[in-house]
Amino acid sequence: MSGLLMPKPDAATLSRRAEIVADMRIIVPREGVVDTVNGMRAFETDGLTAYRQLPLVVVLPETVTQVSRILKYCNERNIRVVPRGSGTSLSGGALPLEDAVLLVMSRFNRILEIDYSNRVVVAQPGVTNLGITHAVEQEGFYYAPDPSSQIACSIGGNVAENSGGVHCLKYGLTANNVLGIEMVLMDGEVVRLGGKHLDSEGYDLLGVMTGSEGLLGVVTEVTVRILKKPETARALLIGFPTSEQGGQCVADIIGAGIVPGGMEMMDRPAISAAEDFVHAGYPLDVEALLIVELDGPGVEVDHLIGRVEAIALNNGSTTCRVSTSEQERLTFWAGRKAAFPAVGRISPDYYCMDGTIPRKELPRVLAGMRELSEQYGLGVANVFHAGDGNLHPLILYDANVPGELDKAEAFGADILRLCVEVGGVLTGEHGVGVEKRDLMGEMFSEADLDQQMRVKCAFDPNHLLNPGKVFPQLRRCAELGRMHVHRGQLAFPDIPRF
Amino acid sequence: MTTFTPTTAAEVREMVRWAAAEEQPLETVGQGSKRGIGRPAQSEHVLDLSRLTGVTLYEPEELVLSARAGTPLAEIEDLLRNRGQELAFEPMDYGRLFGAAPGRGTIGGALAANLSGPRRLKAGAARDHILGVAAVSGRGEAFKAGGRVVKNVTGYDLSKAMAGSWGTLAVVTDVTFKVLPAAETETTVAVRSLIDDDAIAAMALAMGSSAEVSSAAHLPEGVTGRIAGGVLGGGPATLLRVEGFGPSVAYRVNALHGLLKDAGTVETVEGTASRTIWRDVRDCAPFADGTMHPVWRVSMTPGEAARFVLALRMEAGVDAFYDWQGGLVWLRMEADPEAEAVRRLLRRFGGGHATLVRAEPQWRAATPVFEPQPPALAALSARVKEQFDPKGILNPGRMAADAPSDRLVPSRMGPSLTRETRT
Repeated sequence: MSGLLMPKPDAATLSRRAEIVADMRIIVPREGVVDTVNGMRAFETDGLTAYRQLPLVVVLPETVTQVSRILKYCNERNIRVVPRGSGTSLSGGALPLEDAVLLVMSRFNRILEIDYSNRVVVAQPGVTNLGITHAVEQEGFYYAPDPSSQIACSIGGNVAENSGGVHCLKYGLTANNVLGIEMVLMDGEVVRLGGKHLDSEGYDLLGVMTGSEGLLGVVTEVTVRILKKPETARALLIGFPTSEQGGQCVADIIGAGIVPGGMEMMDRPAISAAEDFVHAGYPLDVEALLIVELDGPGVEVDHLIGRVEAIALNNGSTTCRVSTSEQERLTFWAGRKAAFPAVGRISPDYYCMDGTIPRKELPRVLAGMRELSEQYGLGVANVFHAGDGNLHPLILYDANVPGELDKAEAFGADILRLCVEVGGVLTGEHGVGVEKRDLMGEMFSEADLDQQMRVKCAFDPNHLLNPGKVFPQLRRCAELGRMHVHRGQLAFPDIPRF
Repeated sequence: MTTFTPTTAAEVREMVRWAAAEEQPLETVGQGSKRGIGRPAQSEHVLDLSRLTGVTLYEPEELVLSARAGTPLAEIEDLLRNRGQELAFEPMDYGRLFGAAPGRGTIGGALAANLSGPRRLKAGAARDHILGVAAVSGRGEAFKAGGRVVKNVTGYDLSKAMAGSWGTLAVVTDVTFKVLPAAETETTVAVRSLIDDDAIAAMALAMGSSAEVSSAAHLPEGVTGRIAGGVLGGGPATLLRVEGFGPSVAYRVNALHGLLKDAGTVETVEGTASRTIWRDVRDCAPFADGTMHPVWRVSMTPGEAARFVLALRMEAGVDAFYDWQGGLVWLRMEADPEAEAVRRLLRRFGGGHATLVRAEPQWRAATPVFEPQPPALAALSARVKEQFDPKGILNPGRMAADAPSDRLVPSRMGPSLTRETRT
């Protein structure tokens, strides 16, 4: 494990472990509390496997009352709590702490209501993303956000991370598809935000909760919008001699008023790894490969395919294939969807990054990455949600070579700095977690971060919920609350007034 | 009353710092187009952002636009229209409802009020399109949140916290919004003669089809004639908007005709007439009657809307029409706001939020304008407010009666302010 500084374990909590475990067993029936090393081993890491830590104890509640009692108990005794859904976070959002109760929400796995006339599903947070779609697809409906981990990731975790997916340019992120939640605050209070209605007056705390990475509250119920499946979908596979041409093609498609259901780009290393792995028929002589998927009524899709083809040709595409069957469309996608494991085949390990940039900066960022790649002596392959500028550089390294993980992490940090430098952000959809925590200062000033932490203080004034995540340095709420203003010292003589 | 008119974010910060130091309440306004909404606030000073203007970035191919908060919405919409784009959340214009001219309001105000329109059903509200803000908290500290890219989960989404906060958390100085291509064409399918119950069912059927309906409204008898200069004639009209590329719109309109042929007579309205209908639905034109009769905006479970209105009609004199498939009910009361009945029945029919958007000030002072929150949520909201604005100087009392305005010291002009003009 590289040098990640986490909050110092609280000695008092550690010394009271047996008592805490016993009290947890009073709140949650026996099998819902796991305190053996072997039992807890399954929970020691999440999707960011470079970091591992056994928790104080694992608790798997089944009811809202249990969640409320656990949090209240911990709040009163100053015990830290790390919430966890399915544990698929790629940024270490669910990384346990030695002195923290790991609150695992996987037993909240029931769909509570399917309401077609209002087009919503109400689900417990442990239901998987794909589980929602499975519950409604017989009637031709689906839940739109589709993170690549959708078979495993939970809807509660999606709320915590504001998960995206390949379709979010057209259909939005989790934040745009969640109508309501029930959550438990650190002091045990149960609060409902939103519901089956669209507008909720009062502060948009649902918006703040979405993407808050488990630092503000524990979600116990989620109401999501479901949509009718588009009648048809077809994809184009377009190759370009340069990434600039590919990028310009994306800009021109959007400039023409077309918002595709999905628009993905891969660079040469990613294309070749994917093609070697799944034999999707990708052209190997191009620098950029674009998959454009258009969905909707057949007549619309046919109409737009013609326009996209023309735009591609106009931008110097050297190859352009249009899927003529569902089978072919899926084949086009197969390589892209297998890009991560494909890269896994050509390198012992890879480290997946997640910056977002203004699209027009793509050539500059790719060039910068090539330079960094040489400088660090590590390869990099790129897959790119081209429509919304979300880059996933995969840094190739070998964890068995001493120092390579550190080098990969430093390379990754440099890529993210570059993203911020060109007007982008540190993370598009994977979250800050522990991974990008120490880079927050690249994007935010101290005043920006202080205001975010003050919001945390409104929800969890003792910093007990998921500490060590998102913020590089926790400051006490009392300290954040101080106001440094001095009466009579502020002058502003030159301001126009009337 | 003193009016400050800053032209830069730095000046805004100086003024808020002064107000925080002197514990002086500030009312933040743009063009004042929504000033009549909310509890009547009493602030000694006005922070007028109408000269904090200018589009600072517009990159159509990146689908992004940044502007200073006081930039007129009309200017932004014109700019976008020239490039075939729009704010897809279709911000409503309250002007006519308050007997004022339409076309006023600022981009910052659109965010502060979390505006939306009939397309809310498909495209969301201002909250769904805001990408980033720069703001000055009630502490007098400048901060930024979000960014200029569509996909961003870096830190808490404080931009969304500004949506619908009515200027009570921070003074937003700059906004960045996602913009989208405007539809090439639109057509409205109108099903005629349905009673409210059947209209709700027809809208649910249409929204649950793959016709990609972007707006669904129902105008009961008596309201229809007050939309788009009476183009729909008399009798109830259930309206479904279909937007997109020409061939696709034609196909989907045809599909809706087939789907709804048994529901009632189905008509088609195209072009300018269609656009005018939806503009009038958006702006609550049927109740823009030049009066101050109370108007409620009720956000609720769509499927319960007709029964809610029916139950209300048994208790009070009320005129109603439906947007958002029934999820938005506009009510005009004949006399009193009848807040108790509206909110009791709303709770009975699935819950939601009832906002008294138009009423004489004495009603708005006596009745909670915004839906009262359960105690735990109200306490959480108050703590959030406290973290942004510990002295309670920003629009005190606008959203909730229990804002900490009583903690403010009596008006005392700061030394550098004594030369201010009083109006």
